[in-house]
Formats: sequence, structure tokens, C-alpha cells
Amino acid sequence: MIEVRNVTKSYGGKAVVDNVSLDIHKGKVTSFIGPNGAGKSTLLSVISRLSAKDAGQVLIEGREVGAWDSGQLAQAISILKQSNQIGVRLTVKELVSFGRYPYSKGRLTAADREMIDQAIAYLELGELQDKYLDQLSGGQNQRAFIAMTVAQNTDYVLLDEPLNNLDMKHSVQIMKVLRRLADELGKTVVIVLHDINFASCYSDRIVALKQGRVIREGTAEEMIDTAVLREIYDMDIPVELIGGHRLGVYFADYTK
Amino acid sequence: MNNTVKIILLSLLCAALIAIFLFTGMIGQWDYVFPRRVYKIAAIAITGAAIAFSTLVFQTVTNNRILTPSIIGLDSLYMLLQTFIVFVFGSSSRLVTQPELNFLLSAGCMLLFVGILYRLMFKGEGRHLYLMLLVGLVLGTFFGSMSTFMQVLIDPNEFLVVQGRMFASFNNVNTGLLPLAFAVMIAVLLYGLRYLGILDVMSLGRDHAVNLGIAYDRTVKRLLVIAAVLVSLSTALVGPITFLGLLVVNVAYQLMATYRHRALLGGSILIGIAALIGGQLLVERVFTFSTTISVIVNFAGGLYFLYLLLRENKI
Repeated sequence: MIEVRNVTKSYGGKAVVDNVSLDIHKGKVTSFIGPNGAGKSTLLSVISRLSAKDAGQVLIEGREVGAWDSGQLAQAISILKQSNQIGVRLTVKELVSFGRYPYSKGRLTAADREMIDQAIAYLELGELQDKYLDQLSGGQNQRAFIAMTVAQNTDYVLLDEPLNNLDMKHSVQIMKVLRRLADELGKTVVIVLHDINFASCYSDRIVALKQGRVIREGTAEEMIDTAVLREIYDMDIPVELIGGHRLGVYFADYTK
Repeated sequence: MNNTVKIILLSLLCAALIAIFLFTGMIGQWDYVFPRRVYKIAAIAITGAAIAFSTLVFQTVTNNRILTPSIIGLDSLYMLLQTFIVFVFGSSSRLVTQPELNFLLSAGCMLLFVGILYRLMFKGEGRHLYLMLLVGLVLGTFFGSMSTFMQVLIDPNEFLVVQGRMFASFNNVNTGLLPLAFAVMIAVLLYGLRYLGILDVMSLGRDHAVNLGIAYDRTVKRLLVIAAVLVSLSTALVGPITFLGLLVVNVAYQLMATYRHRALLGGSILIGIAALIGGQLLVERVFTFSTTISVIVNFAGGLYFLYLLLRENKI
């Protein structure tokens, strides 16, 4: 379990994450939603030690994140940020192989290679595995980076807007992969999402942030609701029930 | 052609250049000329390796392929120190005449400088690496101005002593320093080799490196110390020559076409040594000492730098 306790993070005197407390349960898919600038990405960075916090605690398996050995922590939690420009020229397979670094320290064993192949297969990158990243589309790049995270094989997988740059088909594919990571492999997945409907269809819990605070959290059932969404986004969003999923229809103003 | 073959070919090229340097154009007494040539080769090998390694490390840490460690002002600091010593104590001071003392003092000051710069910049949180480079750049310019200021006030005869240190040169390598320099080089290489795998991960950038379990800030600090020690070593040994690093590391990137620092390091060290011996051959046999190796290195390096900028992609 990841326990966030009274975490505050400020940039230039402004609290971007403001006294947030939160539990992230094991084996579940948790989505962070909320308007731009709500502090979702910052919170994810703080949880994953990419950013230092100003106050509060983040406990991973009961242990403060700063007290973990960084190498050990890399075997327990992985984070993928939304922009992944890298300065070196790598093939997909080389990139995915980096996911094994916390275990192999650069010397891949047979077991490592197996994990790499599995991760590549999981993201359906088999045909692209020897292509260079700069020869791939944005979506294929994104999948390659997610494959690296899968190869890292951590109990906790944190992804910051993994659907950025992806078309509908690949968005659905990624969300299904993340769902399978939780259902089949028992991983705990935390994602920042902009599309409330992906959050609704694929997550066990939804956490809504606004102005650096958690204003609501609950199941899709509780969260995808016109009154709750108005509170989060200041928009009136009708909710329809389609195929058992609650979907917010926000593309135009339907109230008039 | 795989990288092992390339490394072997580069080694052969180096060996051939060394053989040409040692055994051809022999005028005068064999037992006078030969040992001096061996000393030169030793100095060249140490310098080439130090420059290549430090630049490779520095470029990976900063994630920037057009920087060299000279950007943080180490060269200028070295010149300021040399000028200051001559300015204050005179050219007959022990700090000038005893190269071991001068070497230790220069290396110590440069390390202290990097330490202070690092401590100031990384005190707070955030990505201050570029701020550190900027401050280093500004301080480097400041050191340069201070040196010039003292150089124009200095006695012209004393200035000649300073001028002798302004340009890298293998023509009067101090043989007394070689064992010390060699020992430092081997120690740093052995220490640095453990970081080759980590450097591969560092080249992905901070966020990925942290995600993959690198203790980032501590590692950056250690790598910068490695770079600073090596720059200090080569600068104190032959003078300011870090520009060479830009050339050899980028040629190594092109030639090896890999992200693996094991191959890149081997390649850039060999290219560095080959470039220096080739340059020195030009200086001695073609230009008959009418120019210095830094002029040749800067000319070739400058052309290559322009080529890199014009080619634009993949820098």
C-alpha cells in the first residue's frame, strides 16, 4: 500500500500539492483526474521520489520513500513521466532492456531477457523491437516506454498521462494492458488521466484533485456523476450508462 | 562491423602512429632522443585518456553533446592560478620551478572550485545543473579577465613564463610528473569503470535514471569529481586542451554508434590518443615546431564543431 500523509509541495511560494492525504490500495487501478494545474503530476512525482516534498510523508509498504535505498525502491515502484525525450539513440529493445537495470545492473541474465521479451509482447511491439525510437510514431514511442516500465516488473506502476499522443485504438490497448497488469499480475497501477471516461471504464478507484487538494475520491460509480463532476471541473456534464459503464458526455454544452 | 573490431582497428591505428613517432626521423643520439619520445608518448596517452574520459562523463551528466568540462571554467582557473603565482611570487618561486608542487596546487584548486560550485548550486532542490554551468561559465570569463589584467601588469620576462603555460604543449613535458600523473590516471580509471553501466542509464536523463534506481544527486557529484580530477590532471600536465574532448567524444559517438559507455569510452580514448599523436607528428615533422598542438587541435576541432552545427540533426 502507498500511504500519502499531509504532503505539501510548493513552487515559488504557491502550494501545488496542498496537504494531501491518500491511500493507494494494492492490486487496484487508481486514476487521478482533475483540471490542468490541479497538482496530479506533481503528486505522482512526489510519490515516486522524482520531486522532493516540502512537508508530509509518503509511505511505500509502510516505509518512508526517502528511507528506501534507491536501487531497492526501483524494484518496488516505477514511474513514467508524460514527456520522454531522451538524448541517445536507442532501439525499442535496448530501451526495454533498461527496465531490467534495477535487477541486472547492466548485465542481462537469461531471466532478464525473458522479461524483456514478455514486456515487448505485452505491448505488441514484436515487429518494432529492432527499430530506433526516432523512427517510430509518438504512440509507438509511448508504448515502448510503457514496455520498459512493464519490464521493470515492479509492484507499483505509476504513469503520468500514458495516453498522451495516442489514438483511440492505442489508448484502449494501453488501458487494457494496465488493467491486465492489475488483474493478472496483481500490480498496483496509478495513472494520471485527462479523459474521465477512460478513468470510469478501467479504474477501481478515482481520485479527483483540484487546486492541489483531493476534493473527492471513490469508485467510478460514485465519481462519474453530474454533481461530482461539476464540483471538479466546473462544468455540467450529463452522465449516460452505456454497456454498464458510466460515461460523461462533455463534448458540447448539453444543458441549453 | 561490430564495436570490438572497431576498437581493435583503432588500437592498431594508435600503435602505428606510436611506431612512426618513436622510430622514424631519428636525428642524433638514439639513447638521448628515444627516451624523450617515450616520455612524450606517455604524456600523450595520459592526456588523451583523461580528456576523452572527462568529456564523455561530463556530456552524459549534462545530457549535452556539445559541452566540454572547460565550460565550468577549469581552464581559466588554471591560467589564473599560474598567472597569479608568477605575478605575486615571481617566476623563480618554488611554486613555478617545482612542477610537483605546482601540479598538486593546480589540481587541488580546480577540485576545490568544482566542490564549491557544486555545493552552492545543489544546496536547494531542483535541476540546478544548468545553473551550475552558467555560473561556471561566468566565473570562467571572470578568471580570464583577471588573468589578462595581471598579465598586462607583469614584467615581460615573467610574462614569457606565463605564456609558456597558456598553450598545451608536449614539447617540454615534465618527466618528473609522469609517474604521479600515471598513478592518478589509473586510479581514476579503475574507480570510473564501475560507473560505465550507470553512465548508460544516466544518458536517459534524470527522471529515467531516478526511476531505475540511480541515486542521482550523489552520482552526479561523484561523476563531476571524476571529470574535474581528469581535467585537472591533463591541464596541469600539458596545459589547457579540453577542446580536444569535444572532437574525440563526438567522433567516438559517430564511429561506435551505440549508447554503451564501455565502447564509447574505449573508442574516445583511442581516438584521443590518435589525434594527439597525429597532431604532435604534424607539429614536429611538418611544421617543425613553428606551431603548437593546441593550435592544430583547435583548428581541427573548430572545423568539426562547425560541421556538427551545420549538420544539425542528432546532436
